[in-house]
Formats: sequence, structure tokens, C-alpha cells
Amino acid sequence: MAPQTRKAAIVGGNRIPFARSNGAYARASNQDMLTATLDGLVARFGLQGQQVGEVVAGAVLKHARDFNLTRESVLGSRLSAATPAYDVQQACGTGLEAAVLVANKIALGQLESGIAGGVDTTSDAPMALNEDMRRALLAVNSAKTLQQRLKALAGIRPGQLVPEIPRNAEPRTGLAMGDHAAITAAEWEIGREEQDELTVRSHQNLAAAYDRGFFDDLVTPFLGLTRDQNLRPDSSLEKLAKLKPVFGQGADATMTAGNSTPLTDGASAVLLASDEWAAEHDLPVLAHLVDAQTAAVDYVHGGEGLLMAPAYAVPVLLARNGLTLQDFDFYEVHEAFASTVLATMKAWEDPAFCKDKLGLDAPLGSIDRAKLNVHGSSLAAGHPFAATGGRIVATLAKTLHEAGPGKRGLISICAAGGQGVVAILES
Amino acid sequence: MSDWYRDFANSGLGTTITKQLGLPRPAELRRYEPGQPLLPGPAVVGSAGEGRLREEVTGLLRDAGVTVVSPVAADGSADGEKLAAVLLDATGLTGPADLAAAHDFLAPALKRLRPSGRVLVLADPPAETSSPAQAAARQALEGLVRSLAKELRSGSTANLVHVPFGAEGSLASPLRFFLSGRSAYVDGQVLAVTAAELPDAADAEQPLAGKVAVVTGAARGIGAAIARVLARDGAHVVAVDVPAAGEQLAQVANEVGGTAVALDITGDDAGPRLAAQLVARHGGVDVVVHNAGITRDKLLVNMDAARWNSVMAVNLQAQLDLTQALLATDGALKPDARVICVSSQSGIAGNRGQTNYAASKAGVIGMVRSWAPEFAERGATINAVAPGFIVTEMTAKMPLGTREVGSRLNSLQQGGLPVDVAETIAWLAQPGSAGVNGQVVRVCGQSLLGA
Repeated sequence: MAPQTRKAAIVGGNRIPFARSNGAYARASNQDMLTATLDGLVARFGLQGQQVGEVVAGAVLKHARDFNLTRESVLGSRLSAATPAYDVQQACGTGLEAAVLVANKIALGQLESGIAGGVDTTSDAPMALNEDMRRALLAVNSAKTLQQRLKALAGIRPGQLVPEIPRNAEPRTGLAMGDHAAITAAEWEIGREEQDELTVRSHQNLAAAYDRGFFDDLVTPFLGLTRDQNLRPDSSLEKLAKLKPVFGQGADATMTAGNSTPLTDGASAVLLASDEWAAEHDLPVLAHLVDAQTAAVDYVHGGEGLLMAPAYAVPVLLARNGLTLQDFDFYEVHEAFASTVLATMKAWEDPAFCKDKLGLDAPLGSIDRAKLNVHGSSLAAGHPFAATGGRIVATLAKTLHEAGPGKRGLISICAAGGQGVVAILES
Repeated sequence: MSDWYRDFANSGLGTTITKQLGLPRPAELRRYEPGQPLLPGPAVVGSAGEGRLREEVTGLLRDAGVTVVSPVAADGSADGEKLAAVLLDATGLTGPADLAAAHDFLAPALKRLRPSGRVLVLADPPAETSSPAQAAARQALEGLVRSLAKELRSGSTANLVHVPFGAEGSLASPLRFFLSGRSAYVDGQVLAVTAAELPDAADAEQPLAGKVAVVTGAARGIGAAIARVLARDGAHVVAVDVPAAGEQLAQVANEVGGTAVALDITGDDAGPRLAAQLVARHGGVDVVVHNAGITRDKLLVNMDAARWNSVMAVNLQAQLDLTQALLATDGALKPDARVICVSSQSGIAGNRGQTNYAASKAGVIGMVRSWAPEFAERGATINAVAPGFIVTEMTAKMPLGTREVGSRLNSLQQGGLPVDVAETIAWLAQPGSAGVNGQVVRVCGQSLLGA
């Protein structure tokens, strides 16, 4: 056993540009994208043929054949085939959770290096057999005589040919994630204009980061795409104002296709290591993963918003690390929807919420908007569910490294099922 | 990319037809492969006048495992196999009358030259004598060698190396290059060596073992070939290209076990950024290949400022800025570094519609010559390589007629391959090439353009 823990270093990252659903990656599978992303990371850090401690990644939308997705991607990559790998899945928290898992093993001395990642495609999505058809075919399969088999086949009806298509909806409520977010937005009285403002800033920040070469060593083009397909550098309040609401009801509906993330395809990966491993390989240390926390809320019966779990996870993380919400130089709050970011921040500022729900004596307070998602976030880049965590970890690590030693950043990611994953990075 | 015409001309029917019609008969060139002997057959060494290199050259050849046979008699009779190389030591020339000995030696020997044979003439530089008669004789060799290169067929080449007094030790590396398959497409050239401190002999199969080489424009074409050849020779390759080419760049880096760096070399901080990374990640760089280049062709009268400026920025200014940044950053450029700058035949001969490109590529030659003395002082070298018609994705897009004619306008009657440029660069990158500095080596098959 290691006598004490150590902080895992973030060496760097790689992702492919994120594509809009049925866009540039319409024919790419999860394995294609994850393999290309790993290979880009290998090329950046000269890891050809090398064994990395573990590769941990996952996808939210997965084909049955992808049961060993990460290991299969490693085998197809230029990493040593002796590199172990496993899959994880925690909805939109997958990528960050994978990074936490790798970092924790490094902290315990069980690993010297590891890659955390995630991938998702909403284009090459799995389609299941209609449930009735599946049962009918199972019956055919288990039939022992020709007569039984014919009888079972006779039970098949044309209506059963319609496949089950995955929906971006919560199984327990039947509501789309956007519908849930709209409920929260209404509760917290999040206005249309502030959502659009946040959206415009996300696009502007991401575009500026690309223009100054910030992503040169974070992104590797794929299938002809060199920048995120969803990025609209010329996005403006006027243009966004013209969009019709798609979530929420009536005159109060504020959420549009502009201030919500679109369905996206993409993959990301982050290289983590012990400081010693990084030094031995002459590789940089951008930042360290200091600590992480998850939380979940009862959005089904408990009256809490589906995407509000990070609001609960952050104060636990702050308390354990003796920090206040203001003790950070950068904040990366995943922009599932502009309203989610705004509702979360409003909750932290709200004395009643902080007292009643979080059990705090005083509100966590506000955060400086100038430090929020400074290199753009999901509204501009898009959000391939499991790939978002890796994008954010690598982006924040480089942001902190550029700002100099001793800088601190907070990551907050909401996930389906009423969950949240948050983490602290330090340069 | 296959050369369909060459393949046809070498087929049974093709041989008959091309011979009957007097059409060009391009040969399959002998190209280097690891493990290959220096020459596929014996060599003969002759001299014109009382030269000082014959012993040295014979020793070098024997060390490389080459059988050296006695000169061929005028009647063509000789012992044993056909010759793979004919070497003439002409350092003993005192005046034009001595040139007759060159003729007497070469004529019968060339009759016995194998396909892809090598003729290499070694002489003193014409400028290094106060005797007009001696200078005339030395200069005469250029006319002899260049004409001979045009007379040779079947993929054979002829080149001339100037070896000043005191620089004899620098000859080994160029000698091996010109005789080997590495110089397949280098023909009719004159190279000058200088005295230099030479390192201990490197592993012939891995002359770049342990070296770090940065190659710009490495994502495709000639740059990717350079990365492959440098890696084959043992170097760790840092492959640089614009961020938009990152996908191919990563593939090249992974193929050669190198490192990919996505960087716009024309960016304000590109030089310092690259230098810092080379120091931090690789402990400095041994070999720098400035290969990145673009074309934006237009007749000068129709050329807008953007076309002019972008070509200058990538092809010339970036080479200057990156080199300057590496020189200025402590520990970035190893003391015995090798910098190789890709120029172009257009920079020597000019090309219609390429005023910007030709200017930038001629500028590269000026830069190399200016920097050479400073590089020599620190034990480093800087040279230019000027490719001629090289078959790439770019030439594949040319109209058939233009491409076919363009590729035949040289003594080898075919286009070169990216690997031919890469082999020349990898040779200049070798530690043993310390005595080759400030040179412009054309890889053009002795092109008719700008010859």
C-alpha cells in the first residue's frame, strides 16, 4: 500500500472537433472516434507502442457490440496492446468520472499513468428491435419443433417492424431533458435574454480560443472537420432572439435551439500521470486533479430539478477542501442548457436554497462571470455526452497552466438521472 | 504513384516501340533500402594527373565492402563483372592537357557501366589556384561531368565533388551518398566540401540514432517522406504542420513513432513556442528540416498582395524566424545541428506564374549561404535542397500532357519521388556530413530548367 496519496497530474488532452448530429461524423462509430482520439493523443505525446497504466472511457449511447468499447479502441490504436482498459458510464458525467477514477488510482499509487476519455454519437446511434418483435423472435428462437416455430412466426405483426429509437428522455418521467430544464428555468425565473447572452459569450470565447491557437494542442481534426461544427463565431443576441422556444410551455418558454446544446458526435481523452511519470517522459504537467465529488437529487418525487445535482455537490467539495466558491480563478460549468448554468449560479446565491436545501448558514454567493467558461463551453462546442468531461478537464488544465502556477479551477457537470460530478483542478 | 510510361518503356513491347520511335526510355532507378550494399557491383578508380585522393577513395570503398578493380583498358577488356561505379580523381590536373587522361580513363570504363551506375569526379575548386591554366582545367570538369550526365542512360548519374586541400576527410559522406541509391535522382551536380571536425563513424544503418529531428510541413507529400526516412535512419521525428492538417499529421507521427506538433509556423510566437517545446520535451533538436511550403500561382501582373505575402510568409520568412528563434533559445539547437532548407528548382530557374514562389525559394538559397559561416563556427551546417519535378499529390492534379512533358525534361527522363528528396535531406542531416555546408543540392535528375 502506498503510505500516502499524491495528486494526479494532467499532462494534456486530445479531442476531435465535435460534429452536429448527422453531420461530419454521421458514418463514424463510437469506436472509430475514440480510436482516432486516442491516436491523436499518442501522436501528441509520442506514446506509440507504449503501455499506459489504464485507459478508462465510456459512451452514453452504446451498441450492444460495444460492450468492451474502450479496450477495443485501445487495441485499434497505436498504444501497446498490453494496455488494460475498462468502460464506465455516468451519463453526461462519464468523461469527468473517468478522469476521477484514473486520478484516484494514480493518487493511491496503483497507476503511474492513465488515459480518461469519452465518446458519443447521436448519428450512429443504436436502434433496438421493437419490444414486441424482440419477444416474438425470442419465442421463435426457443421453439423446438417446426410447428412451434411456425406458430411463433405467425404471431409477428407489421407494427412490430417499427424499431425502438433511443430518445433523449428520462425513463422515469418520460420528459426530455430540455423539458426538465425548462421546469427548473421557470422555477428560478431565468430570463430568455440572459440565456442568450450566455450563449453568445460561449460562441465568442470558443471562437477566440481557436483563433489564437489555444486548441492547437488540444484538438486533432477528424474526417475533414477542423473546428467544432456547432461553433457560430458570428452568433449575436439579435440572431438568437429570432429563434422560437423549443422547450417549456406558453409565453414563459425561454429555451431555444440556440441556448440549448444540440445533439452532437465526438470524443475526447485526457492523459493523467504521476509527476514522476511525467518527468521521466519529459512531458509537461498542466495541472493536478485535487479532489472531486458527486451528488444526486430526487427529481422524480423530491421536487428538485433534474440538472441541479452539481449545486449540491459543490458545497460538499468546498467544505472538504476548506474553500469558498470565490476561491477560484476559473469556473467550468457545463452548458447543457444556458438556463442550467444560470439556475445553478442563482441557487448558490439564494439564501433560502443554500439554507434549506444545502444546510448552509450563508449562501455560497456569486461567481465572477469573467472567470466562467473563458474558452467557451458546450453551447458553442456541442455536447457529445460522454466526451464533454474530457473536453473540460483538458481545457481547464491548459487554462490554469497558461495563467501560471497556483491557479485553481472548478468543474461542474450535470448529468441525466439527476446526477452531478464536480472537481477541483490546480496548476 | 506509378510512372505508367516508365513501366511501359521497360516492358517487352514497350522496349521495341520506344527504341524504334526514339522515345525517352526512363529506367527504374536504383533506390536505397536498409541493408543494401553501397554498390551492387565493383568500382574502378582512375586519375587524371598526379592526384592526392586515389588512395583515400580506394580505402573508403574497400571499407564499405566495395570491390575495387583495375582500370579498364582502352579496348574495353577488363577483369570480371560490369562496373557499378567509375570514380575519377582529378585533383592532379595542372592544365588542359591533363584532361586527355580523364577522357582516356572514362571512355572505356563507361562502356562497361551497369544500369543505375555512378560516375563521380573529384577535383579541386577552380577558384583555389592562381594558375589560369589550372583553373581552366578544373572548370572544364564541370562541362565534362554535366555533359556526361546527359549522355548516360539506364538510370546512371554523374556528379562532381570539389575537395579543397585539407578537406579530404570531409569526402567520405558525400562519396557514400553519391554512390548509393540515396542519390538516385541527384544528377549532374557540383558539390563542394569544406574542412570540418568529423565525428566518429556512426552506425551506417542508423546514422541518425539518438537524434531529434523537426520537420515542418510533415503531414503529407515530401514532408511525410522526409519524416519516414529520418525515422528509418534512427531519428525521433517531431512532425510539424498547420492545425488544419492535424489528422494526417498524427497519422504520420504515429507511423514513424514521432511526435505531432500542430502549429502555424507563420504565427507571431511560432518560433519561441516550438523552441520551448523542443527544449522541454526533447532536450533540444539536432536536425531541422524547413520543408513547409505553399504555392499561390498567378502571373505577376494579376497577383494580389495576399498571394504574394502568404507565399513569402510560409516559404521564406518562417524559415528565417524559426531558425532565428532556435538560435536564440538556450539549448534549443544542438551545437552540431544540421539545418536543411527546402528550396526549389523554380528558385534557380524561375517559372512562369511563380514570381512569388520562385522569389521565396531563391531567398532560401541566399539565407543558407549567408548563415553557413556562422553555422560552421559552431560545428553545425545549413544547406538547401532544391527539388525538381517530384511526383506528389500536387503533380497528380496537373493535366496529363503538362505532367508527362514536365516529368521527362531531365537526364533521367522521369519525375523524382518524394523519397529522393528525403534521402538527400537525411544524408545532409548525418553527423558525418559536417563538411557539407552552405550548399544547394538539386534533386532534379539534372533538369533542363536552370541547369
